[in-house]
Amino acid sequence: MTPNLLAHFEFAWLASTADATALLADWWEIVNPQMLRDQRTNILLGTVLGLLILAFFIGRVLKRQPESTANPAVVRTFNLRVRAWLLMCAMLIFGFVLGYSVTLVMFGLISFWALREFITMTPTRRGDHRALFWTFMLFTPLQYVLVAQGGNFYAIYTVMIPVYASLFIPARIAFAGDPKRFLERTAKIQAGLLICVYSLSHAPAILTLRLTDSAGKPWPQAAQTASPMGETEPMPTTPAATTPKAAADERTPQQLGSNAGVLFFFILLVQLNDVFQYGWGILLGKHVIAPEINASRTWEGLIGGCLCTVLVGVILCWVTPFRWDQAAVISLIVALMGYAGGMTMSAIKRDRGVKDFGSLVQGHAGVLDRIDSLCFAAPVFFHITRFFFTA
Amino acid sequence: MRWHESQPDPCQRIYFANHTSHLDALVLWSSLPRLVREVTRPVAAKDYWNKGPIRRYIADCFNAMLIDREEIKVHQSPVDVMIREIGLKYSLIVFPEGTRNHEEEMQDFKSGLYYLSKKRPDLELVPVYMDNLNRVLPRGEFLPVPLLSCITFGPPMWLEAKESKVDFLKRAREAVRRLKDL
Repeated sequence: MTPNLLAHFEFAWLASTADATALLADWWEIVNPQMLRDQRTNILLGTVLGLLILAFFIGRVLKRQPESTANPAVVRTFNLRVRAWLLMCAMLIFGFVLGYSVTLVMFGLISFWALREFITMTPTRRGDHRALFWTFMLFTPLQYVLVAQGGNFYAIYTVMIPVYASLFIPARIAFAGDPKRFLERTAKIQAGLLICVYSLSHAPAILTLRLTDSAGKPWPQAAQTASPMGETEPMPTTPAATTPKAAADERTPQQLGSNAGVLFFFILLVQLNDVFQYGWGILLGKHVIAPEINASRTWEGLIGGCLCTVLVGVILCWVTPFRWDQAAVISLIVALMGYAGGMTMSAIKRDRGVKDFGSLVQGHAGVLDRIDSLCFAAPVFFHITRFFFTA
Repeated sequence: MRWHESQPDPCQRIYFANHTSHLDALVLWSSLPRLVREVTRPVAAKDYWNKGPIRRYIADCFNAMLIDREEIKVHQSPVDVMIREIGLKYSLIVFPEGTRNHEEEMQDFKSGLYYLSKKRPDLELVPVYMDNLNRVLPRGEFLPVPLLSCITFGPPMWLEAKESKVDFLKRAREAVRRLKDL
C-alpha cells in the first residue's frame, strides 16, 4: 500500500511540476519575446563559458604550483580576470534568459556602480551635492528607462545626457552658489555621466534594434531547415502532426542569430581585444605610446591586438548580420575604440594618482577598470550597426 | 570597512571617530559585527534626536544614548550620565569633535573623552576614521549621494598614567588622523 501511495504522490508531483514548467514557459513567451533561443548565440555562449570554466580550473591548478614554475603575481591576475569574466558571462546569460528588461537593469546597475567609482575618485565640493544627487538618482535610471523604450525613443535617449543633463548640471551647481573651479567641477560630473552611463547604455541598446543584413533583408531569419528530421516541406496539418510540441516549434521557429548574439559578439570582442593588446604588449612591446599615462601600452600591443581582434571578429561573424569583410572593419574600429578607452581611463587614473579604481576603497572591485574599453566602443558599435544594419 | 591592528570584540570599548555627517553614527554602528553591535550605543544629542517621532524612532533603532547638551548639572554631567548608563556591559560611540565640521581638517577634540577615560581607565579607546561620508551626506542636506566610503578601525589606546588632558586629546586626535593615510 505504502509504495503504491508513494508512487501515486510522486506521479502527482511530477505532473504538477511539469504543468508549472509549461505555465512558466508560456508566461515567459508572453512577457518576453526575446528569450535566448537561437542556436548560434547558444553555441557561442556555451563555447565561451566552457573555455572560461576550463581556464578557471587551470588557474586553480596553477595556484598550487611552486613559485619557480609559475609567477604567483601573474597567476593571481589571471585568476582574478577569469573570475571577473565568468561573472560577466554568467550575468549576460542570466540577462539573456530572463530577457531584455533584466539585461537592461543589469547594465543600469553596472553603470551606477561605475559612476560611483568615478565620482568617488574625483574630488567634488560641497556645492556639487545636489547636482550629484540628480546625476545618480535621476539621469542614470532615466537613460536606461529611455533605452528600454526601444528604437522609437532613439531621438530622446541619444540627446538626453549630452544635451539636457549637460545643461542641467552646471545650472544646478551655479544655483548652489560656489564659483570656485566651476568649469572643472561641472566637467568632471559631465565626463563621468557621459562615460559611465551614456556610453555604456549603447551596449544594451543593441538589443532594441530591428536588425537587417547589409542588403536590407530582416536579419534574424528563422531557419527553414531547422527541424531535426531534415524535412524541407512544411508540415502537413493532419491532427497527428500537430502535437503540442510541433505547434510550439511552428510558433517559434529556431532562429539563426539574434540581437543577444550581436551584443555578446561585441562584448567578447572588446574583452578579447584587451587581452590581445596586453599579451602582444608583453611579448613584443618596445615602443611605449605615452609612458606618463600607461607604461604597459605599446604600439606593438596596439597593432598586434588589433590584428588578432579582427581575426576573431571575422571568425565569429556567423553570429551577426555582418559579412566577413564588414566584420573585419567593425572589429578594427571596436579594437581601436577599446584601446582609446583604456588609454583615457589610464590618464584619468594617473591624474588622480590611483592605480586602479578597485584600489580606491578596499574590498570594492574596480568595475570601471573592467568596462572602460566597453564604454568607449559601445556607442561606435551601436551607431555602425544602427546605420548600416537596420531597415 | 577595515580593521587595522585591531579586532572586533564585544568587550567594553569607546569608539571615537571624526564627525562629518549625520550618517556617521549610523554607519559606524551598522558596520560593527552583530554581536558587538548589540552592546554598542552611539551617543547623540538629545535636542536633535528627540525632536519628532521619526528621529526618536531612528534613535531607538540604533539604541542611541541621548545626552542633554543644554541642561548640564552638577553630578549630572554628560560624562557621568554616560558612565552610569553603560554600566559594565555597553560600549559607546562618541564623536569628540563635538559637532560636524565643514572643513576637511578635523577640529580639536573636546575634553569629554579625557574625563571618560579618567573615570573608567579600563575601557579600550578605539580610534575610527570615516572617509568620504561627508560627501555622501554633507551637513544641511537630506538627500544622500551614493558614493563609496571607507571606515577604518585603528589599534586601541588607553589614557597613560599622569598624561595631561591636552597631550591625551592631541594623541587621540592624531590616532584618528593617522588612519586616514593608511
